[in-house]
Amino acid sequence: MLDDFINQFWPSTIDGLSLGAIYALLALGYTMVYGVLRLINFAHADIFMAGTFAALWTVRGLGVSDLNGIALIGVVALCGVVAGAVAGGGAMLLEVVAYRPLRKRGASRLAALISAIGASIFIQQLFATVLVPWIFGTSKEGGKLPVSEHFREMTTVISIGPIEITNVALIIFFGAVLMMVALDQFVNRTRLGRGIRSTAQDPETAVLMGVNIDRVVSVTFVVGGVMAGVAAALYFLRFEQTEYFVGFLLGIKAFTAAVLGGIGNIRGALVGGFVLGLLEMYGSSIFGSEWRDVVAFTLLILILMFRPTGILGESLQRARA
Amino acid sequence: MNMTKKLPSKSNGGGLSLDPLRDWWAGAAGWQRWGVYVLLIIGALLLPHQAIGSFMAPSGADWASMLSDQIAIYVLLAIGLNVVVGMAGLLDLGYVAFYAVGGYTIAIFAVKYDWSFWETLVLAIVFAAASGVILGAPTLRLRGDYLAIVTLGFGEIVKRTANNSDYVNGPRGVQGIPHPPTLSEWEIFGVQPFSYGILDSRPYYYMLVFFIVLAIIFVRRLEKSRVGRAWTSIREDEDAAELMGVPTFRFKLAAFAIGAAIGGSGGVVFAAKQTSILPTNFEFMVSALVLAAVVLGGSGSIPGAMLGAFVVAWLPERFRFLEDYRMLIFGAALVVMMIFRPEGLWPSRQRKAELAEGGGGMGHMGAEVGEQQTGAAAEVTK
Repeated sequence: MLDDFINQFWPSTIDGLSLGAIYALLALGYTMVYGVLRLINFAHADIFMAGTFAALWTVRGLGVSDLNGIALIGVVALCGVVAGAVAGGGAMLLEVVAYRPLRKRGASRLAALISAIGASIFIQQLFATVLVPWIFGTSKEGGKLPVSEHFREMTTVISIGPIEITNVALIIFFGAVLMMVALDQFVNRTRLGRGIRSTAQDPETAVLMGVNIDRVVSVTFVVGGVMAGVAAALYFLRFEQTEYFVGFLLGIKAFTAAVLGGIGNIRGALVGGFVLGLLEMYGSSIFGSEWRDVVAFTLLILILMFRPTGILGESLQRARA
Repeated sequence: MNMTKKLPSKSNGGGLSLDPLRDWWAGAAGWQRWGVYVLLIIGALLLPHQAIGSFMAPSGADWASMLSDQIAIYVLLAIGLNVVVGMAGLLDLGYVAFYAVGGYTIAIFAVKYDWSFWETLVLAIVFAAASGVILGAPTLRLRGDYLAIVTLGFGEIVKRTANNSDYVNGPRGVQGIPHPPTLSEWEIFGVQPFSYGILDSRPYYYMLVFFIVLAIIFVRRLEKSRVGRAWTSIREDEDAAELMGVPTFRFKLAAFAIGAAIGGSGGVVFAAKQTSILPTNFEFMVSALVLAAVVLGGSGSIPGAMLGAFVVAWLPERFRFLEDYRMLIFGAALVVMMIFRPEGLWPSRQRKAELAEGGGGMGHMGAEVGEQQTGAAAEVTK
């Protein structure tokens, strides 16, 4: 067992980092919405799913195959833009239709949670029964939808001793880091970002100070959605296929990552994403890949026992905001 | 049986208020209440009749097995989860784990060790309660949404472990779980209510009604006791409760164990009825739907949870003719119902007042400003 871990150490590290990058991007959406609304946005996973279909649609529309180098980066960036637009728009629509009325009525968080679960079922089924058959012309039980042939060519670009890094892993990692830096700057430097932080800290005072709270909430959802869209494009780069339930497990993992880092804390989501991705890969190299999810959730329970508010703590509301 | 305290009666109209009914109930004499209880139980026993089924079930579906396989099981689970979520205010997103523990207990002990149904039932309840304690002991110090994600993770751990263990055949599941032994061949109106087999679902339904009635009595007595008051205080303000001398941890653990035990008993009946179980029977969706049932009905209210479970289990089955679109519509219906009745279909009056004041123990959503409360809140504070 331990031999496997040592032999697999570098490949699992690389895999873990690129998986963790996707978790982290998704976790950002959960953590920002949680920071502002104190809501576990279950439908975020399905927003991500919508993004993967947008990426699939883009790649199929371009009809490219075996891309490499700059061309691949360009196509992934285009996928990211399309998926980001679809996911961001979807997230905003979701907020306006499902959550805003509840917010206006001062509903309890439990009611909002059920609304989120309902919206999640709705989006999933909307894709399964209406949109995908309509756009891709397949039946509902089509199973996984792949691109017709490999649109990217996986090559090793960096090789240092036992460490071999593929172009795919590299693009995923740097694409994700780029988005995280952009988001961090957005939240910390811009006017809207300040609005988000102030709303998370104290909505009532924020309103008195002239923050348009509805707009802030919408922006939070859009930003989270865009992050999910980029995550979807990167996910699609890695797996080259998607299905209606793709969001579910990834979504709860990403939420786990957000909690692990300290929910409501943007940097915590990044730390949590990478930690979860790495631990999961190390865990599956030790216990076998079928125990991957068990390892991830067991670690979650263990970590929360010792750090009950996550690794970095909940700082968006309290300390740093 | 004067266990219901009189709540200050505030009469008001507006929408689907149940207040006239509640006022009558609050003032009803003991014999009247017993009459209602007996009528309700008789009604429940008559429910599988084909005359009701012809309206409730779509053509071609077996109403009795819809009742036993879906509706009654969900009602039982909702009563159990209501203890955890509604009464103690602990958000549990992995309730299906306890249901799975019950199901797998009978699968292992009845198939491998030839235990009888009733023996495994007792064992399963003990195991489920123990798993509730095992999960709860390290995690119940967590607050709110941290607890939610931990329970969600626990649900996935149980499912994946069942899926990966060769001992329980992994993803192929366990087959050949025996039906409960026939208690008597006694026949009434063409039904043998105590003879369990593959042909007739009604005996299972009667068994579930019996379990549901037991669970209601048990939970109801707890709710009106010191335990129930402790749960309320924990739900409303855990710190204050702790300061007032309520041993919050112990009561939270009790709520977890009791909810788990009820869920486990549901799992046993489910497994015996189906005669086989698969890891995929215990998806997160079951937890989500049971939670939806509790909240939809009115978190914290037993009749509400039952009504919610009925709606959640029955609607998708009734509208099976919509085929692919039924879950689509179901998802939309959940959103719409929460918008128009965020306090639930049948909230308890006390809960309604609490919801108006403090968000019912789990607080309001963030980004909420001042006196925007309308609807439920305005209705109560009038």
